[in-house]
Amino acid sequence: MIPSAFEYERATSVDDAIAKLAATGGTGKLIAGGHSLVPLMKLRLNEPTTLIDIARISALVGIRERDGLIEIGAGTVHHDVATSALLGAQCPVVSDTAATIGDPQVRNRGTIGGSLAHADPAADYPAMLLAVDAQIHLQGAGGPRVVAAEDFFQDLFTVDLGPDEIITAVRFAPVRAAAYAKLYQRASRFAIVGVAAALEVTDGAISAARVGLTGALSSAVRLSGVETALVGQPATAATVATAATGAGAALSDVSADLHASEAYRRAMVSVFTKRALEGALARLSA
Amino acid sequence: MAASPVLPKLVGQRVKRREDPRLIQGLGTYVDDIKIVGMQHVAFKRSDLAHARILSVETSEAAAMPGVEAVLTGAQIAEFVDPMPIGTPFPSPDHRAVATDIVRYVGEPVAVVVASDRYLARDAADTIVIDYEPLPAVVDPERAMTGQPTQVHADFENNLAVALVPGGTGVSADLQTVDDSAVDAAFAAADVVVSQRMHNQRLAPTAMEARGVVAHYERGKDTMTIWSSTQNPHILRTFIAGMNGMGQDQVRAIAPEVGGGFGAKINIYGEEYVVAGLSKKLGLPLKWAEDRSEAFLATTHGRDIIGYIDLAATRDGKVLGMKLRLVADIGAYNMLLTAAIPTLTMMMANATYDIPAIRATLTEVFTNKTPTDAYRGAGRPEATYFVERGMDILATELGMDPAELRRKNFIQPDQFPYATQMGAVYDSGDYEKALDLGLKNADWDAMKQERDAARAEGRLVGMGLAMYVEVCGLGPSSSLPTGGWEHSQVTIERDGRISATTGASPHGQGNETTFGQMLADQFGVPLEHITIHHGDTGVVKQGIGTFGSRSQAVGGTALHLAGGKVKEKMAKFAAALIEAHEDDLVFEDGRISVKGVPDSGKTFAEVAGYAYVPVPLPEGLTPGLSEEAFFEPANNTYPFGCHISLVEVDRDTGEPTLLRLVAVDDAGNLINPLIVEGQIHGGLAQGIGQAMIEEVAYSEDGQPLTASFMDYAIPRAADFPRFELDNTVTPTPVNPLGAKGVGEAGTLGSTPCIVSATVDALSEFGVKHIDMMLRPEKLWQIIHGGQS
Ligand SMILES: Cc1cc2nc3c(=O)[nH]c(=O)nc-3n(C[C@H](O)[C@H](O)[C@H](O)COP(=O)(O)OP(=O)(O)OC[C@H]3O[C@@H](n4cnc5c(N)ncnc54)[C@H](O)[C@@H]3O)c2cc1C
Repeated sequence: MIPSAFEYERATSVDDAIAKLAATGGTGKLIAGGHSLVPLMKLRLNEPTTLIDIARISALVGIRERDGLIEIGAGTVHHDVATSALLGAQCPVVSDTAATIGDPQVRNRGTIGGSLAHADPAADYPAMLLAVDAQIHLQGAGGPRVVAAEDFFQDLFTVDLGPDEIITAVRFAPVRAAAYAKLYQRASRFAIVGVAAALEVTDGAISAARVGLTGALSSAVRLSGVETALVGQPATAATVATAATGAGAALSDVSADLHASEAYRRAMVSVFTKRALEGALARLSA
Repeated sequence: MAASPVLPKLVGQRVKRREDPRLIQGLGTYVDDIKIVGMQHVAFKRSDLAHARILSVETSEAAAMPGVEAVLTGAQIAEFVDPMPIGTPFPSPDHRAVATDIVRYVGEPVAVVVASDRYLARDAADTIVIDYEPLPAVVDPERAMTGQPTQVHADFENNLAVALVPGGTGVSADLQTVDDSAVDAAFAAADVVVSQRMHNQRLAPTAMEARGVVAHYERGKDTMTIWSSTQNPHILRTFIAGMNGMGQDQVRAIAPEVGGGFGAKINIYGEEYVVAGLSKKLGLPLKWAEDRSEAFLATTHGRDIIGYIDLAATRDGKVLGMKLRLVADIGAYNMLLTAAIPTLTMMMANATYDIPAIRATLTEVFTNKTPTDAYRGAGRPEATYFVERGMDILATELGMDPAELRRKNFIQPDQFPYATQMGAVYDSGDYEKALDLGLKNADWDAMKQERDAARAEGRLVGMGLAMYVEVCGLGPSSSLPTGGWEHSQVTIERDGRISATTGASPHGQGNETTFGQMLADQFGVPLEHITIHHGDTGVVKQGIGTFGSRSQAVGGTALHLAGGKVKEKMAKFAAALIEAHEDDLVFEDGRISVKGVPDSGKTFAEVAGYAYVPVPLPEGLTPGLSEEAFFEPANNTYPFGCHISLVEVDRDTGEPTLLRLVAVDDAGNLINPLIVEGQIHGGLAQGIGQAMIEEVAYSEDGQPLTASFMDYAIPRAADFPRFELDNTVTPTPVNPLGAKGVGEAGTLGSTPCIVSATVDALSEFGVKHIDMMLRPEKLWQIIHGGQS
């Protein structure tokens, strides 16, 4: 639990962070809340030579409405997401997801940008961002870039983020009829399985459905089979139950570890898909 | 008429812990807070293989790093550090603080670095290259007993550390002859026999403060001071002195604030030997502070006992006989008390029942895992678990209410003192009273209705009950190689305030408060006028330490006796000063006066002032007010209780939720019910943790799979319902306080009652027993038969 030696610098702006990061020639790392990076450093699984602290860049912090979308700055901590009045009113699934992360200490320090960049296969935000169809805003020496959440998460701890790029924000159109359901790993409280579901309903029928899954595979994915089974069907409990049934069985390369075997994870994907969809339905009538 | 005293009596009151303000504000001093000028830092290079021969240890790169003072291999350490001590009578393999030829568990030290700071020490340790020849590892004790696939220690055939020790009915005192006829007859006469294999799984103690050692050898004085996060500084002093070839007068051991021990800090550890030995050899003050990763590997684990139980009973529920075969996986080495812990499981196999014939056997086995030793409850929770689960299985088999089955078999109040088949003599008890109060507080019949109503809705709800009796107040010297007494000295200082010492070194027990309460009442002074000193062999003349829930029953009694002696002497000085007869004096409100004539009195400061400048010296008295006492109880104490729980299992996921926990505990007379509740809460937390979420796991090849809090779950306050506590009071006759001890109690009853409740919740699936911990997937498999 003792990291190797490193330098520490504090960035004053996004541009300053990018310049400082580039100057390390690939050996430096950004640090935001430190709640993924510092544990890795203590275990010496990651040994950056320089840490560039972005936690005090005010431009990265905050939750606001912009052009009909909601924007969450990358440096916003989980606690602020969990307790945001704006999100609570317009897109409560985002707050609900944040509230399931870790414990109060983690939520007071950890940031959404750090969670996305780190891309733990059991992290909660990725499933939710897939369900709300978020866009991830990046900035690098070459300027800004926008990546859809669906394209961002690529593999285990691997995302579409250049070595000198920084995540600045996520944006999405608010959806009320959306919910997150999570099976907690009892030690870490990460997700063994986490499912976020968002529904759009026209005249009692499901016109669009997005279902994001985390925990079961090497990275977060959309459950397109479930989505297809929902669209065009009446927005009822029976519909979601049927659509969720085969969700787990349809997956390949399901993870297995001490806490959950492959068979159990598959079964839980179906259970939590159903629970997330039921939650979304409940919000429809609320 | 005299006014009644202003100062209230404190014994029996819910006095808030005097320790807490400083601990909560971060004002406590722990080992890692100790800094000495010139102090260097020690790091251990540890094995990452479970079993391997060390071919070479390459230390040259580390030794060449600027700031590195010394790098030593196991062989070099063995030149001046003795083998690790064993406190049990069983034969034990040679155990070196740092491995010399073979490593036997992941985390075993292989080399040591001393450097100018902690970070450099760790960097240097990382550069050490060890060439290993891997050997097969064994992690399953029942496989290890076949001698396959490996021998952990060459001289211990079939890995038997302790080979089949018999206990119970018909076993001679020297264990040489065993007469099975009574047990066989009981089983032959039985209408019903139930049998079950159970595993009481391995746990990691996870004290909030990991271990740490600072050692300072002062060459000029030829003295050593060692600070360690230990439960027993006096025992540590004995061993550190012996190991270093020093006298006990030359070594001072200090346990500053200790952030939890749970039994794992009784042991004398290799790190303590190495840091002390190196401090003397190098003439430098040295510090080692364990990190959390090390704590999971190198601090002893607890439990890990397999029990095979058979119960023989009549159709109407009278238990006629019991067989209990125990296999304990003790890991790679015998530590100080390792081999003795499972013997306590044997000792308590009689539980709260009048079982006429018992055959128990115990086998202890070496495996390639971290060694085990005491962990909160130490052997007694295992016994309680096996017997109580067995009783529940029997109740189900007989179709009897679990409470009624227990009632039918209790040892009755008029049978105490009760000599058990296992050789214990229970001091006092009224088990039915505790059961009845538990049933009343839980509202057992209403609970049943609630359960059945929930089931009618398709929910999986179950209820469980467990009785326990444990052995506490660890005493007589015949049962403890360290000595089974405790010591205290009480001093009235010259200003009339009171200093007292206790050898029962607390690490969360709150002795500063409870012992203060006792003296406040004994002397009629405010609690604020009393300081309790502990944890420092330079201040506390003698002591054994705190373990086995002994601090109140044994340490508290020593304090009470020492206080009585000073009070007697003080009364004589006061009598001379007031010119009254000592028998007419009362100690009240900080004064000593003639009963009924408060104005006649003198303050403590006045009497003490006289005692320390005694002009004239009363006849037959010596100056000063400071007396000491040793107390050794004639027997242990046997607290008991009844725990009841209600559990719901999620049908879809298998996740268990504890809905209610009702506990009735009988620890004899209570000095401070608030502290007792705190101890029960902590014990319940750890007992619930064992039942539901805690388990140390290893891969087949001996790699630890739960070596951080990311994978090893411990319970959090938010995981619990509000505990429903109550107590009965059955004083013990073995000490004048009537106090039994309570530190471990919570871990005994909670664990089996939660497993029983969970089995009950899943009864519709025909399940008889579920091994801990209650992993959701395991429960889900029972519910869904492995199908999704
Ligand atoms: C005890 C504990 C429990 C946890 N439980 C959960 C849980 O239940 N669910 C869950 O989802 N997570 C959990 N986490 C992880 C937590 O959410 C982390 O805070 C989060 O994953 C990382 O955010 P951070 O700001 O702390 O990032 P840091 O640790 O500072 O950084 C993580 C990585 O992201 C990079 N980075 C940070 N910010 C940016 C940025 N703006 N642009 C580009 N790269 C960036 C860093 O360089 C680093 O590589 C837990 C963590 C702990 C310690």
